[in-house]
Amino acid sequence: MQALGIQSIDELYKDVPEKFRLKHKLNLPKGLSEFEVKKHVEEILSRNKTATNMPIFLGAGCWPHYVPAVVENIVLRSELLTSYTPYQPEISQGMLQALFEYQSMVCELTGMEVANCSLYDWASAVGEAARMASRVTKRAEVLVPKIIHPERDVTLQTYAEPAEIQVKHVDYDKETGRLDIEDLKTKISEKTAAVYVENPAYLGFLETEADEAAQIAHDKGALFITGVDPVSLGVLKPPSEYDADIVIGEGQPLGNAMNFGGPLLGVLACHDDVELIRQMPGRTIGITTTLDGSSKGFCMALQTREQHIRREKATSNICTNEALCAVAAAVYLALLGSQGLKDLGEACMIKARYAIQMLSKIEGLKAPVFDSPHFKEFTVNFDETGRSVQNVHENMLLYGVHGGKDITKEFPELGETALYCVTEVHSKHDIDRLVTVLEDVLEKR
Amino acid sequence: MSTFRQARWDEPVIFELGRPNRRGFVIPAVEEEIKQIVGDVHLIIPEKMKRKNPPKLPELSEVEVTCHFTRLSQMNYGVDSGFYPLGSCTMKYNPKINDTLAASPLVAGLHPYQQEQTTQGILELLHILSKWLAEITGTYEVCLQPAAGAHGELLGVLLMRAYHKKNDEIAERNEIIVPDSAHGTNPASASMGGFNVVVVPSDDTGCIDIEALKSAVSERTAGLMLTNPNTLGIFEKNIEEIAKIIHDVGGLLYYDGANLNAILGKTRPSDMGFDIVHINIHKTFGTPHGGGGPGAGPLGVSKVLEKFLPVPRIGFDGKHYFFDYDKPDSVGKIRSFYGNVAVLVRAYAYLLSLGAEGLREVAEVSVLNANYIAKKLSKIRGLELPYDKQRHRKHECVFSAKPMTKETGVRALNVSKRLLDYGIHAPTTYFPLIVEEALMIEPTESFGKEELDKFAETIKKISEEAYSNPQLVLNAPQNTSCTRLDEVKASHPKTMALSWKMYLKKQTSLP
Repeated sequence: MQALGIQSIDELYKDVPEKFRLKHKLNLPKGLSEFEVKKHVEEILSRNKTATNMPIFLGAGCWPHYVPAVVENIVLRSELLTSYTPYQPEISQGMLQALFEYQSMVCELTGMEVANCSLYDWASAVGEAARMASRVTKRAEVLVPKIIHPERDVTLQTYAEPAEIQVKHVDYDKETGRLDIEDLKTKISEKTAAVYVENPAYLGFLETEADEAAQIAHDKGALFITGVDPVSLGVLKPPSEYDADIVIGEGQPLGNAMNFGGPLLGVLACHDDVELIRQMPGRTIGITTTLDGSSKGFCMALQTREQHIRREKATSNICTNEALCAVAAAVYLALLGSQGLKDLGEACMIKARYAIQMLSKIEGLKAPVFDSPHFKEFTVNFDETGRSVQNVHENMLLYGVHGGKDITKEFPELGETALYCVTEVHSKHDIDRLVTVLEDVLEKR
Repeated sequence: MSTFRQARWDEPVIFELGRPNRRGFVIPAVEEEIKQIVGDVHLIIPEKMKRKNPPKLPELSEVEVTCHFTRLSQMNYGVDSGFYPLGSCTMKYNPKINDTLAASPLVAGLHPYQQEQTTQGILELLHILSKWLAEITGTYEVCLQPAAGAHGELLGVLLMRAYHKKNDEIAERNEIIVPDSAHGTNPASASMGGFNVVVVPSDDTGCIDIEALKSAVSERTAGLMLTNPNTLGIFEKNIEEIAKIIHDVGGLLYYDGANLNAILGKTRPSDMGFDIVHINIHKTFGTPHGGGGPGAGPLGVSKVLEKFLPVPRIGFDGKHYFFDYDKPDSVGKIRSFYGNVAVLVRAYAYLLSLGAEGLREVAEVSVLNANYIAKKLSKIRGLELPYDKQRHRKHECVFSAKPMTKETGVRALNVSKRLLDYGIHAPTTYFPLIVEEALMIEPTESFGKEELDKFAETIKKISEEAYSNPQLVLNAPQNTSCTRLDEVKASHPKTMALSWKMYLKKQTSLP
């Protein structure tokens, strides 16, 4: 203050009009010591019951998978944790290389050649991908399956509306749940910018006819976008093999905890095609050399698509993304390797299958609703029990078991139905307990 | 000469490390009984969907993975490494207790679709946090969902859209005004929300040109996006008149919260007339930026706009917290679930530590520090403080290295790169666009006088170097993990490689 020649700090705020200066103290609690803060926050949070207290069979876009200690440890390295976006590449090589490695691993999983270094989540990635496809094709309509996560559907529409993109839904096969290919044929036209399919679908089954959908899209000059759960890509074929142009998905299950649904990790990858790359949203890291050519290095590439350069003509407004979650995913995938990812996919699939078989034995339950192969999620229908999902699930909680997601309101035509999820974290004991508890709850009316 | 040396590992790309079949982590084995009952897993996967060519992921041991990423972290610079005066980014210290609390299994292990009776704790925390943020910004209601500042901006623009649509005016109101000093996200968000962008110039005091604004507004104006203090660190003193001009033509006033740190507890955006306010949690409320994210960008709004906010809102019936989806005018959703909760928990702990008085002190010290830096740097040869020199800055100050460039050929970028050699992070360079050779400096409240003095002395030294031995500065940095990079090569179609796969392919096709 001496150096500035001022008597009070308020002199620095002289130019704030008197009438706008805050006269009262903000109505916030008094500051606490670290010990008190910890006690207070832990006390509030202890009112939660979490996956550590009870088996939880929920998925639907945020999945319970184990996060290895190495991953937790690396993302807490403060040089990574407390750094900003790597605008100064010479002093940020660590983050840049880690993100480049993440992009490279995403490309290996999806079969694409190009990836960005993250979007917010799968839902916003659907929105961004639809807008990207619309810019590439200069068309303004996207076709999406009727069986899509409602939150992704709503987010897509929120992103699409200001760009004047129409979102239309393609019906599903009542037996298999899969995209109704005939309906797709009637709805597709020269106006279609993209056809979007999820694999596994929101309700857990596999879209085995994705290749046909891709063909239909391409025949009309539309792009084919696929949404994936990357955990499945150790066992399921990559979307490149059924001709996807853009692949999006949710990277949370790769080394990121559930955290009540955030932060998540939006994946976006595409082919090495100049039209696609130019319209890609979000930050991407490239490999290069030092100016003197003496060594390899990494820096942000194609910044001319981004808001800080292109402003209102940018491909997206995204700036802050989910970089550290992407680093977690890279560490996770490096730990697992290709065999580990395959083991993980198989464990999910076989355990889910076991749960399906055991639940099907319970009188009145139908699991799954659709006659299709499923990955780690599947539907359970309660109609024959005469009970509502909500009622059954509330009773299960009394036994300390959390059921799946009630989708009765989302898909009324499926009746009283829930979406269950089983992953490598669910032991045989957990699944057997689920079965016993359900039997008990259903017996007691 | 600085003794700073950043780690320089010749660390290969991870795909070059390890050996086939090496593993760093083992998936728990599926129980034998399950295998017996279910049978061969390969029969469950339809042949058509089976992956035949496994992804070429690296195959490393746990030790190798740990070493690799630890080395990478050593080639990175965070707030914990030292002074980080990156303007507009508010790189303040991130208290460790907040990380500890956010990493608790009581947060990490929560699924977003759990029944509400099992999530009362987190709902209460989020509910209280939103009330605190509403108090700090003076807004009626705060939505915690946006994942980042720009995400909050997009939502804000969508709310403007919804508001004008409700008034049957959206067809005419298709313009959003931004000043020429605005962050790039402002025009990008406006455009993404379906509006045309109208840019108004700044006057010679660095504030929005009122006459230009008056001629820019019309019945087509949907709103104005503004940050106050602006990106020059100057408080828009005519804010009352600005608000009136916008409101008189039926537009809405949007507050870009990137610079909120300067005014915490001193004045509030809504008191100045702003209708929509986004908050950068990862700037103002001390949560780590993670090398680019995750952050959080909550959005506060006035009473008339509340009904347009995304679902679900967190309600409280006096006894229980619950999700409220019954909002027929809502714009829908801009993401899954409820927000970046692990980030928001940190912000809750941050506010709890500081309280009202601590928060005001944050603003005061950050402004004091910025003015101290401005004073010190004003005396340095080759730098000038553009716009109103007499006025105090707020949280940041923007210098121009134009005289130095003219006299020595050393540009703002070179000064930034040379700072890295001294173990100090660079300021924001070449922004705002209205200042030539801009160096945008935001010291934040976190660092003491010693650190500020050291920074000023280092800048002085770099200036001396520029005038005595410019080549030294032009060749910077030399002490970082690598020297200047060929950024053109990284984006050139012939050499561009955005994945390892693409890199290998281009390598083999090169002559």
